[in-house]
This record gives sequence, structure tokens and C-alpha cells, in this order.
Amino acid sequence: MDRAELIARLTPIIATYAQDKDAVASINETTDFIKDLKINSANLVDVILDVEEEFDIEIDNLSMERMLNVNAAIEIIEDKLKTK
Amino acid sequence: MNKEEILTHLPYSKPFLFVDELLHIDENGSSGTFTFDKDLDFYKGHFKDHPVTPGVILTETMAQIGLVCLGIYLTGSAEGGVPGHVMLTSTAIDFMKPVFPGEKVKVIAEKVYFRFKKLNCTVQMINEQHEVVCKGTISGMVTNKMNA
Repeated sequence: MDRAELIARLTPIIATYAQDKDAVASINETTDFIKDLKINSANLVDVILDVEEEFDIEIDNLSMERMLNVNAAIEIIEDKLKTK
Repeated sequence: MNKEEILTHLPYSKPFLFVDELLHIDENGSSGTFTFDKDLDFYKGHFKDHPVTPGVILTETMAQIGLVCLGIYLTGSAEGGVPGHVMLTSTAIDFMKPVFPGEKVKVIAEKVYFRFKKLNCTVQMINEQHEVVCKGTISGMVTNKMNA
């Protein structure tokens, strides 16, 4: 799965919780979940739980703490998919 | 942690304590009761001459008995854990019946998930006629600090 495809699968999950809809429309690898998309910490947990379901992976606490932007999310998803 | 210990860790006092008794608590959920004293201050204004318990107060009661007691139990019972503070983050509640001054209600909460410090529960409130008064989902972040 390439990065564009990962972002395409990630976007609808993020869109559910993002407060800034313009930032969703222009989503890219540098998009920050909290600063750009205005997702609060509680909804960030929901993003991660939905990512687990979408990609059938399990995200550990350390990965969760790093998962603050699209780039980090992609790296973590790729990593978890590899070790599945 | 037992039920009595949990009550001592609740960060509320009158007139904003909405837990009288915890009936049961385990890692999957909690239940408890509260009786709405007819002299509670908000009845003077909600509504003028027609006192009815406000929906936000019913929500708060479900949050205290369900989410907060369960959050304290889950963090306080964890290996090396300390009882945490629970910060409300979202609610989605449907209201079916009014609750009048003096009524005693029972709240039953079931954990949906507790991951990455977020606790999500389904909750329902039942009156003395065994009717469901309101129900829905409530979630919050369980932290070590108040207001963080």
C-alpha cells in the first residue's frame, strides 16, 4: 500500500473528528491533528481506535503518543502492517 | 478499591455531589443511586413554579456514578495505580421521562472501552417505577491532574 492510498483511507476517519473542515480538504503529510485539524485529545483516541479497525492493527501506548500528525500516523501504520 | 474508598475519592461535595450509594462496581461497569432532594437550589428556577430535574443534572448524575466512579476504580485498582481525575469529554443522551423533586434514581453504567486514558461508557438511569428515564453514552479522559 503506498502513501497516497494510506492517506486516502485515513482521510474519512480523520474527517469524522476534525473541527477544521478546510484543513481536512487540504490534508497532506504535514497536517497536524491538533494544531491544524483541531482534534481534541479525547477524539484523537477515537481516531486511533478507528485506525486500528480500518487497518486491522493494534497500536501501543508509545506509538499513540507519537501519532500527532499525518506523517507519524502513516509511519506507524506502515510499521504495524509490516509486523502483522 | 472497594465502593466506600471510591466515594471518598470523588472530588465533589454538596450541592454538586450526585452519588448517594454505589451498589456495584467492577472492571466492566458500575451502578449506584441518588435521591434528588426537593430543596436542591435549581428547582427554584427549573422551571418557575414547576420543578423538574434539569437534563444537565441527570447527565451529571450519570457521569458521576458511571464514568467518574468507574474511572477512579479502574485507575486506582491498576497495578501501582493512583485514583485518577476524570474530565468529561463528550455526552450523547436521550431523555425519556421527567424526574421530579424527591425521586430516587438508579444509574447503571457499562464500560465500552478504556484505552489511551479515554473511558467510554454506556449509561442509563432508571426511576423507582423501573422505567428508563434517560440513556446514552458518556466519555472522559482519566488523568492524574485536575483540569489537564
